[in-house]
Amino acid sequence: MKKINNKFWLGILTAFAFYGIVKVLLTTEILSDVNQSMLLLIGVNIMLAVSLNLITGITGQFSIGHAGFMSVGAYTSAILTLDYNVPFIPAILAGGLLAAVFGVLIGMPTLRLNGDYLAIATLGFGEIIRIIMLNTEFVGGASGLSGIPAKTTWTMLFFFTLISVVLINNFIRSTHGRACIAIRENEIAAEAMGINTTRYKIIAFTIGALFAGMAGGLSAHTFYVITPGSFNFLKSFEIIVMVVLGGLGSTAGSIVGAVFVTLLYTYLREFPEWRMIIYSIVLILMMIFRPSGLLGVSKFSFGKFGKKEAKANDAIKSSGTP
Amino acid sequence: MEYFIQQLINGISVGSIYALIALGYTMVYGIIKLINFAHGDVFMVGSFIGLYSAKYLANAGLPPIVVLLLSLIISMTISALLGISIERLAYKPLRKSTRIAALITAIGVSFLLEYTGVLILGPQAKGFPDIMDKKQYHLFGSSIQVESNQIMILLTTIILMLVLQYIVRYTKTGKAMRAVSFDVEAARLMGINVDRTISATFAIGSALAAAAGVIFGMTYNSVDPLMGVMPGLKAFVAAVLGGIGSIPGALVGGLLLGTVETEISSLGFSSWRDGVAFAVLILILIFRPSGLFGKNVREKV
Repeated sequence: MKKINNKFWLGILTAFAFYGIVKVLLTTEILSDVNQSMLLLIGVNIMLAVSLNLITGITGQFSIGHAGFMSVGAYTSAILTLDYNVPFIPAILAGGLLAAVFGVLIGMPTLRLNGDYLAIATLGFGEIIRIIMLNTEFVGGASGLSGIPAKTTWTMLFFFTLISVVLINNFIRSTHGRACIAIRENEIAAEAMGINTTRYKIIAFTIGALFAGMAGGLSAHTFYVITPGSFNFLKSFEIIVMVVLGGLGSTAGSIVGAVFVTLLYTYLREFPEWRMIIYSIVLILMMIFRPSGLLGVSKFSFGKFGKKEAKANDAIKSSGTP
Repeated sequence: MEYFIQQLINGISVGSIYALIALGYTMVYGIIKLINFAHGDVFMVGSFIGLYSAKYLANAGLPPIVVLLLSLIISMTISALLGISIERLAYKPLRKSTRIAALITAIGVSFLLEYTGVLILGPQAKGFPDIMDKKQYHLFGSSIQVESNQIMILLTTIILMLVLQYIVRYTKTGKAMRAVSFDVEAARLMGINVDRTISATFAIGSALAAAAGVIFGMTYNSVDPLMGVMPGLKAFVAAVLGGIGSIPGALVGGLLLGTVETEISSLGFSSWRDGVAFAVLILILIFRPSGLFGKNVREKV
């Protein structure tokens, strides 16, 4: 217990040290504009990756609709600051809350599905949210919203990111988090042990959506413009890629994955025609040679073709029991 | 009423394109339980191969029907080879790996095909040559129109379906495919070469997607490297709708989705079309998770 606490404070200390260094770099204007916006993007992506990790990595529910939650948060907070002059922090929180409501709404009917079917349903929901935005004049339709005040500063972003990482990480370590891990490892066994699996799946979905919504709000207030097209399923894939590259089920991994993908994206921007090709080759090679991700700790499967169960089956076969 | 029937006919011709792509999805999913996201891009590649071979063959002065058949065959053959090599290079090393790793790889392959296409062909849409002259027929003297193109599409789809049905039902490969999708280990014990069967599945699925690509090019006269994304997703929806793993299901799902979409567009909600497709998907998943034709598999405890 003591050790965990030490690790926790060490992490917080490192984060603040990083914050201080960047703050100095920003005030002395050593950082270029590109690097500045990259830093903000990294923060937003960390929030997205860590929140998706709670859903996919910890609870084992494969969701490809994370960009949908992000867009709900982005649109809500942008409309609040643009049209209703709501201050920045309440607007972001409101965006997160509405996204959380969507998390409950989507979670309730779909979480009876599992594995691939849940993935497809969430993909469908993400696309439906995008198409609703696309066809609603109130939120700007296809051209989206522009002229959103760029209110996301480094300090704001840092604290939002830090708080979300700490909260999610503490949730994972709590009793509830253990219940979620139990669901990931074996849903039927978890149910038999008296865990209300549906409830925990909805909790995980809601918390994930909450932070994705806030990340959306922060990114909307960083880049002036949001369009429905920026929250399509490619964005959802990108978030999954961060989580998987970092290592499913590991918060530190999600952070590393988010940083890695953002860096890769930003620095490959100079070779636009090669960017996506290099990116996809990295993905494929990574999955073939290190499927557990950069910092992966746990391997788990979504079905009977997974390694773990294959191993278990082998064990049963070799021991001779039918 | 006539308007409705007209839209139904248009819907069936869009739906048969979805159905052809959905077959590839459903076969691959049925065998290795992988959502092959790259399938929509194989469709794109097939379309481009069709475009270039049709151009080349038409310049050689062959009659239109020969041009059509030859470019279909060329496109289907090359795409089948592409499908096999994708499976060998990207998916086979992951066969024992986690589902999510395989899925991410499929997404990676999809990006790779799309952006290699952009790099080689440029991002702009290209015009597809008119292989056959388009004629319009009126059904029973009414105002309902049927284009020669639509008849051709339907014919091609039906012929390909029959061939597929024959392969799956009566050939050795088809029997092996059914056995592997039923139980991989048991099939292996019975002496079935599982790797070869999976390759064959990819080859057949990719060939069907390529045929759909050529047909798509002829219908919409425009192809581009990113065109596989939406039809790919829609075809996947169609496969799920019909019950993934079921061949008649893919056909029915594709036709149903195409019809619903066209009717929605004709009612003036064309910008909601994609949303409706996904809404149908979610409703189906909630009320009948294994699709219209799927078997309900109980989870083993």
